[in-house]
Amino acid sequence: MNLLLLILIPLLSGIFSFGIREEGVKILALVSTLATLVVSGLLAFSCGCNMATTFSMPWIPDLGTRFSLMGDGMSAMLCLLTGIVMLVVMLVNNNKHVDRPNAFYGHMLLAQAGLMGVFLANDALLFYFFWELALIPVYFLCSQWGGEKRIPVTFKFFIYTFVGSLLMLAGLIYLSVQTPGLRSFAWQDIIHAGSQLPAATQHWLFALMFVAFAIKMPIFPFHTWQPDTYEVSPTPVTIILSALMVKMGLYAVLRWVLPVLPEGAIYWTDTIIVLSVIGIVYASCLAIVQTDIKRLVAYSSIAHMGLMAAVAFMNSKVGMHGVMLQMFNHGINITGIWVIISMIENRWGTRDMRQLGGMATSAPKMAIAFVVISLASVALPLTNGFVGEFMMFNGLFGTSSCSHIVMVIAGLGVILGAVYTLNMIQKTTYGEVVAMNIKGDLAFNEFAGLFIIIGIIIFLGVYPQPMLDLTSAVSSMLIK
Amino acid sequence: MSNYIYLVPLFPLLGFLVNGIFWKSMPKSVGGIIGTLTILASFIVSLMIFFEIRENASHGPAIVTLFPFIQSGKLLIPFAFQVDALSSLFLLIITGIGFLIHVYSTSYMHHDEGMVKYFSYLNLFVFFMLLLVLGANYVVMFIGWEGVGLCSYLLIGFWFKNRDYTNAGKKAFIMNRIGDLGFLVGMLLILLNFGTLSYQEFFGQLKSGSTVISQSSYNWITLCLFIGATGKSAQIPLYTWLPDAMAGPTPVSALIHAATMVTAGIYMIARSNILFDLAPATMHIVAIIGLVTALFAATIAVRQYDIKKVLAYSTVSQLGFMFLALGVGAYTTAVFHVMTHAFFKALLFLGSGSVIHAMGGEQDIRKMGGLGKKMRTTQYTFLIGCLAISGIPGLSGFFSKDEILSHAFSRSPMFYIFGIMAAMMTAYYMFRLYFLTFTGSFRGTEEQKHHLHESPAAMTVPLVILAVLAIVGGYVGLPEVMSEHNEIAEFLAPVVTNFGDFHMAASTEWMLMAISVAVAVVMILVAWSVNKKPSFTPSKGLAKVLENKWYVDEIYDAVIVKPLTAISKLLDSVFEKIMIDGTVNGVGKTVKWGSERVRLLQAGQVGFYIFIMVLGMIALFSISVFWIK
Repeated sequence: MNLLLLILIPLLSGIFSFGIREEGVKILALVSTLATLVVSGLLAFSCGCNMATTFSMPWIPDLGTRFSLMGDGMSAMLCLLTGIVMLVVMLVNNNKHVDRPNAFYGHMLLAQAGLMGVFLANDALLFYFFWELALIPVYFLCSQWGGEKRIPVTFKFFIYTFVGSLLMLAGLIYLSVQTPGLRSFAWQDIIHAGSQLPAATQHWLFALMFVAFAIKMPIFPFHTWQPDTYEVSPTPVTIILSALMVKMGLYAVLRWVLPVLPEGAIYWTDTIIVLSVIGIVYASCLAIVQTDIKRLVAYSSIAHMGLMAAVAFMNSKVGMHGVMLQMFNHGINITGIWVIISMIENRWGTRDMRQLGGMATSAPKMAIAFVVISLASVALPLTNGFVGEFMMFNGLFGTSSCSHIVMVIAGLGVILGAVYTLNMIQKTTYGEVVAMNIKGDLAFNEFAGLFIIIGIIIFLGVYPQPMLDLTSAVSSMLIK
Repeated sequence: MSNYIYLVPLFPLLGFLVNGIFWKSMPKSVGGIIGTLTILASFIVSLMIFFEIRENASHGPAIVTLFPFIQSGKLLIPFAFQVDALSSLFLLIITGIGFLIHVYSTSYMHHDEGMVKYFSYLNLFVFFMLLLVLGANYVVMFIGWEGVGLCSYLLIGFWFKNRDYTNAGKKAFIMNRIGDLGFLVGMLLILLNFGTLSYQEFFGQLKSGSTVISQSSYNWITLCLFIGATGKSAQIPLYTWLPDAMAGPTPVSALIHAATMVTAGIYMIARSNILFDLAPATMHIVAIIGLVTALFAATIAVRQYDIKKVLAYSTVSQLGFMFLALGVGAYTTAVFHVMTHAFFKALLFLGSGSVIHAMGGEQDIRKMGGLGKKMRTTQYTFLIGCLAISGIPGLSGFFSKDEILSHAFSRSPMFYIFGIMAAMMTAYYMFRLYFLTFTGSFRGTEEQKHHLHESPAAMTVPLVILAVLAIVGGYVGLPEVMSEHNEIAEFLAPVVTNFGDFHMAASTEWMLMAISVAVAVVMILVAWSVNKKPSFTPSKGLAKVLENKWYVDEIYDAVIVKPLTAISKLLDSVFEKIMIDGTVNGVGKTVKWGSERVRLLQAGQVGFYIFIMVLGMIALFSISVFWIK
């Protein structure tokens, strides 16, 4: 029942939001996200006690699909992440004006419902349904509330990801046809059907489905929609995209591709690792020369996701565990960074780093938060980023023969990461004061949002065990 | 007492939190007092632990596990501390000198509006430095290792409005990161081969020989760790951040960039001495890098005019000596030199801070001169520091440096010759600095001359204490020919298993000592004769190259920084925008173009439709006839 609530609360409050006039919708959004967070916390807690929860009811029997949900450690972790990120987004935007708030928050909550569904669905068709349900509100949010050039950019984003989704759908339908007995979309049946397929079929099927997720993550060279979309989207939407929707891509690979098509995964492993690793260095290099902070962070995110994707295919238990942890950490850290960027944009009226400076003097609390979160994203010890990165690098030393080269190149990414992150801090935070349009350090709601983020950064940096316990069963199941 | 070891890092952590949270509302003096008292508390606990370890030298190390840090399958890394001779000695250096520098800072930073923030950073630094030396496994050491790098970054760029200063901080952080990556890889290689990162288990396996790996693996592991050490301890090729790090407040230079943090690399190798003994090839590299760095940095120090830059290159050079000692297997000697160097280099830096304070921020020694008349305490304590580092008998530097040189001699006379050359230059540049600063006549402005004054007691008392330590600190490590007991070597014996086969005839040792003393005295006299009546003309030839630090920064810029930026810009403007995104858009455009053509077919002409229909039927018919048999 908890599982259903996780989808129903944001769904219903989202639909309800459209009918509410004026600012009252913000309260509804806040209450709804808080309630969802509590439920996802309960789910994570029960999963921590090794109780995987399921929910199932008939949906479209003729197609062999059921409305079935499953909450295991990985799902619970990502639901918790969604809950936390959405709450922070609602908190920090509480004092900001937005046109047509009812529609804006309605779409946001619908996107949340879609995300929760993606992370919980235990049926392939249901998974696809939620996958698109999450995409559509985001498309509207970008195209209506976005910045300059929003129409062509969101059009490209939509078409690009939608093409991927259709490929995935084709793959899932093919798999469901192969299920024994009556046609079924259930996860167990899909896994069974997939692993029975001959190697050659697995090879092309894997490629088909992987492209969808590679676009979403994104993996080099399928990434070009991302910096543009992040740049023009309103920041709350950028947060949903980068903290949560890119995780959908990786989650889908771990849930619907790796265990389903083991032969295909082995066949494509080297290609994926090579592309991911190129992506790490390539995106890091591009991040160095960006002047718009949003684009800088977009490229840094590609680099971080590249490392996760590479390690996920390294066939290492510790590495996979690290990937799980880092999915959560990356979501938290990048949310914090976007929150600060939106505050910068709000106060200084620009995102061009050449025109910024002196935050440490004019808004010191904000500056401290920015520095702490940035350091977490370069994986400094005692922040959450370190533990995940340590475990992932451990995973890079897998059995693969090319692991040493991969290690060196990924390590180059670590160094370049320090370069662009410190550049970003230096240009925005230090130096002579640049006058602000709207004066003021953190307001209370902004402080509260960042407090949550930094609290998690430090807590999981010092004591990551709860999150590791939550995901250990799933990661050892994925790597046999 | 060892069970209370967590108190030692806890106090500075609390100081950091209190000062860090209330930095805005707290009065400056209160922040200073809190910051200083926490370090004093840590120092007292460290002293008690030190004496306990000294009493029970035969006991093994005490391991205090706080909580499991990372646990995943078979991988288990506890957050644990190890208390033994080596860590307790470093505890004393860190908290003892740290305390003196905190006291000094209460006065030095008093006029700075960010004083409370300064003390919170300084406390955080001490916390991480203590983690570094207390860790019972490499991961905890690494936490401290990167943590001190962070504090160094924050404190170098403490006056963050100045772009050069924040650039210096950034440079330090990034260069350290390059080294840290080496450390991380080395660590993971150990984990891969031995399945553990805990010192006890790892060294136990090495000693018992229960896990055997190939010689090249040993070399790679140690080499990776050494790369980490070159970053943190400013050795070639990663040393250029340290001179730039002088942008930070001077007490920071004394504590972080002279006495403690930069010796972390020496600590790491001394800690892993059992491992390094198994990798003679790496040891050779360590010795050579150390020696070359010692020489190279000394040549630069000879022609610098910034009082802090001279001291910074001197630090790089002295660290080189320590690596030379490590490289020839004299681990305890290296640690001994860490200790004496901490005394006299902290003294020299604090002395230079006192000078800069009196000069109103001026650091150029060309504008100083004759300061001794106005600031006697600073002058005499600085002189003691110079005598100690130059290796004048009776002072601490003599004993430790001499021990390094005689170990180097026993390995190879070439090592000794280059070492003595570096020592020669050390004596010269230190006394050049001393004469230009404190003797002769004042060369600055009238206003500065009027402003000259001795610093307050909070600054001079630490100077006097450090001066005393710089004199007597060497007596814990008397050479074989003078005493039967080498206290520090005996104390560290449980940690350092292999003392090598260092035996030298007494006559040789006396002779080596005589040479180094004679060389030092001669060089001091040379420094006096050259600099008693200084004239500063624009330098030419080699002197100019030295003044510009062999143009290493420029070379790095041309070889690494500029190409990286150029390639990145090219990737951004050509590869990303035109090739990748162009392909993506091209696919879209092709589809659109194609659809527009196909659309034309549906023009409403029935005759055309029938024509197409007939074509289709023919096609279907032929397929069914010729294809499907």
